[in-house]
Amino acid sequence: MPSSEKSQTASIMYDIEAIRADFPILARTMHDKPLAFLDTAASAQKPRHVIDAVSHVYENEYANVHRGLYQISEAVTVRYEGTREIIRDFIGAAHTHEIIFTRNATESINLVAHSFGRNFLSEGDEVIITALEHHANIVPWQMLRDEKGIVLKVVPITDDGELIMSAFEDLLGPRTKLVSVAHMSNVMGTILPIKDIIDKAHAAGAKVLIDGCQSVTHIPVDVQALGCDFYIFSGHKLYGPSGIGVLYGKEELLNAMPPFMGGGDMISSVTFEKSTWAKLPHKFEAGTPAIAQAIGLGAAIEYVNGLGLDAIGAHEADVLKYATEQLSSLEGLRIIGTSPNKASVVSFVLEYAHPHDIATIIDRAGVAVRAGHHCAQPLMERMDVPATVRASIGLYNNRTDIDALVRALGEVEELFG
Amino acid sequence: MSDDLRELYQEVILDHGKNPRNFHLHDDATNEARGNNPLCGDQLVIYLQLDGERNVVDASFLGKGCAICMASASMMTDLVKGRSAEEAQSMFEAFHDMCTGEGDETALADNMEKLSVLSGVREFPTRVKCATLPWHTMVAALKGENEISTE
Ligand SMILES: Cc1ncc(COP(=O)(O)O)c(C=O)c1O
Repeated sequence: MPSSEKSQTASIMYDIEAIRADFPILARTMHDKPLAFLDTAASAQKPRHVIDAVSHVYENEYANVHRGLYQISEAVTVRYEGTREIIRDFIGAAHTHEIIFTRNATESINLVAHSFGRNFLSEGDEVIITALEHHANIVPWQMLRDEKGIVLKVVPITDDGELIMSAFEDLLGPRTKLVSVAHMSNVMGTILPIKDIIDKAHAAGAKVLIDGCQSVTHIPVDVQALGCDFYIFSGHKLYGPSGIGVLYGKEELLNAMPPFMGGGDMISSVTFEKSTWAKLPHKFEAGTPAIAQAIGLGAAIEYVNGLGLDAIGAHEADVLKYATEQLSSLEGLRIIGTSPNKASVVSFVLEYAHPHDIATIIDRAGVAVRAGHHCAQPLMERMDVPATVRASIGLYNNRTDIDALVRALGEVEELFG
Repeated sequence: MSDDLRELYQEVILDHGKNPRNFHLHDDATNEARGNNPLCGDQLVIYLQLDGERNVVDASFLGKGCAICMASASMMTDLVKGRSAEEAQSMFEAFHDMCTGEGDETALADNMEKLSVLSGVREFPTRVKCATLPWHTMVAALKGENEISTE
């Protein structure tokens, strides 16, 4: 099939109007203007399918999981555990017990820092991160550094926002125990060459954690093909509820790691002398979990799978290209993050107005963006900006949203230009 | 454009934002403090020169921030010059109340009337801190504290 025909079938199949109708919130207004929601990288809106799945649990089959010896509890346990299989399949893991539920990506990273970091790293061992990490992938390692005396090393980036691979190779050494990097930058959209990073880290004998918070919503992931040791993400950015996150870890590593928290559900037996741990995945899931949220996340992945990540990615790439073109044509606007390898995020600054003022003005025009440092202060410093405006694109955004943004920026120019 | 936006971004504010007064380092400062708004990354330093009676002889600032923050710092440094530390403190309280809606601009003393142009922030709860950050920082400097954060 010639490629033009192919993209046409893709756009017929990707019925953006029907998809938008799946998201009830998109029908509302903000300040009496149609809502142009361009903040999906912070948290995504939820489709009806997810909202219904969560309501269904509470209306029909809510009880605690793993405990009740009655029909409802058994049914909800099956649904809850079934979500693990949906996630396993989504990221290509070998086993469902390699899927650990957490509260969010931040907790997933902290779990690894506590359980793996505290027990397998010692003074002088090195952890490598990059200059574009979210605070969630910086601070836990600094805390470990202060506690254990490990050394934290940072791979620099180019002015375009790309990782400098040669610098990464130079930082890798015999003491490198862990490489912890984002798959995709939440500020610039840059997609990192993680396969290459993983292979080189493994060759140096280091384990690898991939922060997939931003990437899982745009790029198909296969953790076995990648070979990473940990892959983590949050449910709320993947069109699922907040309060649920995922840690994928290789079975043998997870087995070797001690529990993160102690309590109910994570034990096999308890006496006052000694307790023994439950098997994976429950060893890492102390206490009553986020039951409806996990089931909601399963529904979100079903929804995303129904559209297909390839089709979603193609649609978003089209909107991103349009946004980049439209924004670049505005005088005094500079895009932060210009790697050709990027997805779904466009950060920018205006010569004549501060990001905070921009966000306030365009909010009144119905446009939701994020302005600030995006939990990536070291990156702001590197790019020499105090803050940026970030417009991020989800599977439901269209060119109309971008037009609303550009029109609203006209009002900023009217005031400040 | 909505009226509350025009109210927020009045000419005076835009002018102070673009051409801030007293925007420089101060070699003779006796007190200085740094203010951070971690939410948006705004940072500024307020410099005060106090005499033996704790009168503010001179005031200046440096930093990066939004138009509201810069305008507020610019006007504030103009206003506190020549006041006693006590007066500066009570100006802060009146201004703070105006911004949060606990007081209104009519409650401002005559010498503070100029600040009423900033009363528009009341309609923008997320922006109140932008207006008050310079004042919080100034009060910290008066007290001899070196750093404050709005969160
Ligand atoms: C790359 C990246 N890592 C980690 C996080 C933290 O996610 P959460 O706040 O859901 O734990 C985010 C969210 O902003 C992110 O974008």
